[in-house]
Amino acid sequence: MPRVLLVEDDPAVRKGVELALGHQGYDVIAATTGEEGLARLASARPDVVVLDLMLPGLSGLDVCRRIRERDQVPIIMVTARGDDVDMVVGLEAGADDYVVKPVRARVLDARIRAVLRRIGPTVAEGIRPLPETHGTLTIDRTGLVVSHEGAQLQLAPSELRLLLTLSASPGQVLSRQQLLEAVWEHDYHGDIRLVDACVKRLRGKLGSAARYVRTVRGFGYCFRTS
Amino acid sequence: MWAKAVRFLRGLRVRLVVGFAVVAAVSALGTGLLAFREARTGVLQRSQDVVIEQFRDSIDAFAPGVPSAPTGEELTALVDSVARAHRSQGWQVLATYEDTRAASGPDGAFARLSPELREAVAERASAVFQRVDADGRPFLVVGLPVTYASASGGSYLSGVAFYLVVPQDTEEAYVQAIIAAVEHATVYALGGAVLLALLAARGVLRPLRALRGATRRMAEGHLDVRLDVQGSDELAELSRTFNDTAAALEQSVAELRRLEVQARRFAADVSHELRTPLAAMAAVTDVLDEGAPRLDPETGDAVRLISEETARLSRLVEDLMEMSRFDAGAAALALDEIDVAESLRRTLAARGWTDERVVARLPAPGTLRARLDPRRLDVVVANLVGNALRHGAAPVRVSLGVRHDRTEGAWLIIEVADEGRGIPEEALPHIFERFYKADATRARSESSGLGLAITAENVHLHGGRVHAANRPRGGAVFTVELPVRRA
Repeated sequence: MPRVLLVEDDPAVRKGVELALGHQGYDVIAATTGEEGLARLASARPDVVVLDLMLPGLSGLDVCRRIRERDQVPIIMVTARGDDVDMVVGLEAGADDYVVKPVRARVLDARIRAVLRRIGPTVAEGIRPLPETHGTLTIDRTGLVVSHEGAQLQLAPSELRLLLTLSASPGQVLSRQQLLEAVWEHDYHGDIRLVDACVKRLRGKLGSAARYVRTVRGFGYCFRTS
Repeated sequence: MWAKAVRFLRGLRVRLVVGFAVVAAVSALGTGLLAFREARTGVLQRSQDVVIEQFRDSIDAFAPGVPSAPTGEELTALVDSVARAHRSQGWQVLATYEDTRAASGPDGAFARLSPELREAVAERASAVFQRVDADGRPFLVVGLPVTYASASGGSYLSGVAFYLVVPQDTEEAYVQAIIAAVEHATVYALGGAVLLALLAARGVLRPLRALRGATRRMAEGHLDVRLDVQGSDELAELSRTFNDTAAALEQSVAELRRLEVQARRFAADVSHELRTPLAAMAAVTDVLDEGAPRLDPETGDAVRLISEETARLSRLVEDLMEMSRFDAGAAALALDEIDVAESLRRTLAARGWTDERVVARLPAPGTLRARLDPRRLDVVVANLVGNALRHGAAPVRVSLGVRHDRTEGAWLIIEVADEGRGIPEEALPHIFERFYKADATRARSESSGLGLAITAENVHLHGGRVHAANRPRGGAVFTVELPVRRA
């Protein structure tokens, strides 16, 4: 039973989402403020965080950043539609995905399942390929560990999945739409900013290997070490 | 160019200059001519009186020495002595007695005596004068018959007549000088008039030009434009009126804007306030839907109704908020170069419109790329197709093409046509207005009433156009034109 930490200030919305997620079979821990959410993160050890961006006091964005400083738990943020700036900033602050208010239980459930799948095993049990080496990067697809020049990188689930998807076929250009479907499992094709924000974050963590993730203007992204 | 020249010639400046010049010329010439006539008459009259007087005195002085029947020599001696006395005045003296003639100078002077003059001298006992022009020179010719006083107190002609031919060069020069003076005066007056006219035109035209500029700026929407008011003439009054009007207009417009902003903010605030309770309700509709079949039929129906209407209300509030963002100018384009045909195909697929209800005629993937906001394009196409399915009849045809325009470049053309009854003619101009219901009998529908308005706003945000029409064969067709931008 996956455990969800829900950070939402409005009591009715909190109650509603709690009820709906509980109905879908999740174990929901609710927090009223950002501070409370951060405090409960360590003890509750949730599998996913559902975070409202509009919080009194410590904002959702700050909560997102603080979580990312110490934890790579998947974060799904809840935004108001049209507040595009907030959304982009939230994605760059480290959120893995987003849902738009008012959120339906079925949509939230689908998104949670998608992020949870990203940290699950990507290949069938029993076949354990050797870690791949791409330039200065070492990618272990089974252990889901990425090292750069020997040092292990702390990648959030979306970043990891994005890198795995791109590096699976070096040299091939993948459109934002293709990446959106492969990494986020979105069927809605308008959310390309998810991809851009995630690429930006991934490059930030890759250090000198950031140049391997190339932008192909007008088409998408491509992984190439040469 | 001709039109410009004609406009210039009809302009106030030219009219003022011509008017001033005509007035100046008429008055200068009129005054000059009158003065000239008086002066000329005075000059000639006086010189002629003087000459006649002197001539008479000279003849009177010499006449007693004239025999009653003088010979040619006697007459010649006489005219010579008279002429000598007035040599400096250029006198030429002639005398006749019957057929005898004598002249002080060359004989040619007799040619200056007209027959009328001689006749008049022969008949009358007084001085006769005539002005003649010979070879371009004016001469005064005076005829003076010599008379004898009779014992009865009258006088009779002696038959001797003296003539005087005197050139009037001095007088002519004097008259010419007057003409020259009048000409000069006219020229100066004309020049002065033109200068004054230009000054006057400037005085009138400057405020007029300022007024014209201000009016133009106001028409462009600069309601804060004001004129400098100087003086208290009619033009200053006009400028003042303009300023008052502009101030009043600016105030009304500001008030209207304030009210509009207030109304829009109210709509936005209401939507925002509605959203939070709706968010709570929307979260649990799936729980309700799943639980409904297990409830007794009445409660189950009630629960389903709440669930459905909550979803409707959520859509309405979201559409209202989207509209508020357009009104507030907060809607921004997130452009990306996309495969347009692929994008449309996905929009249809995501809504489940892949069956025979919707027929898509789209170019092959990869052939048509453009920089668009994919989310907004999705909204546009989904709204149009949804609208066609609701209000028209299947099959709905969606087509995509490109039109190359010589001046405007390439445009994407998206057409959504249905097989329904079409849109009533009177509804066509209003179809993109908010909450406009083309079909009055269907007061309620699945849509929020904002779908087409949002579509139009999204198209306009792209710099595109959208319009609705009825096809001749029946059914409505919506056409979206979007400029093709390249990365």
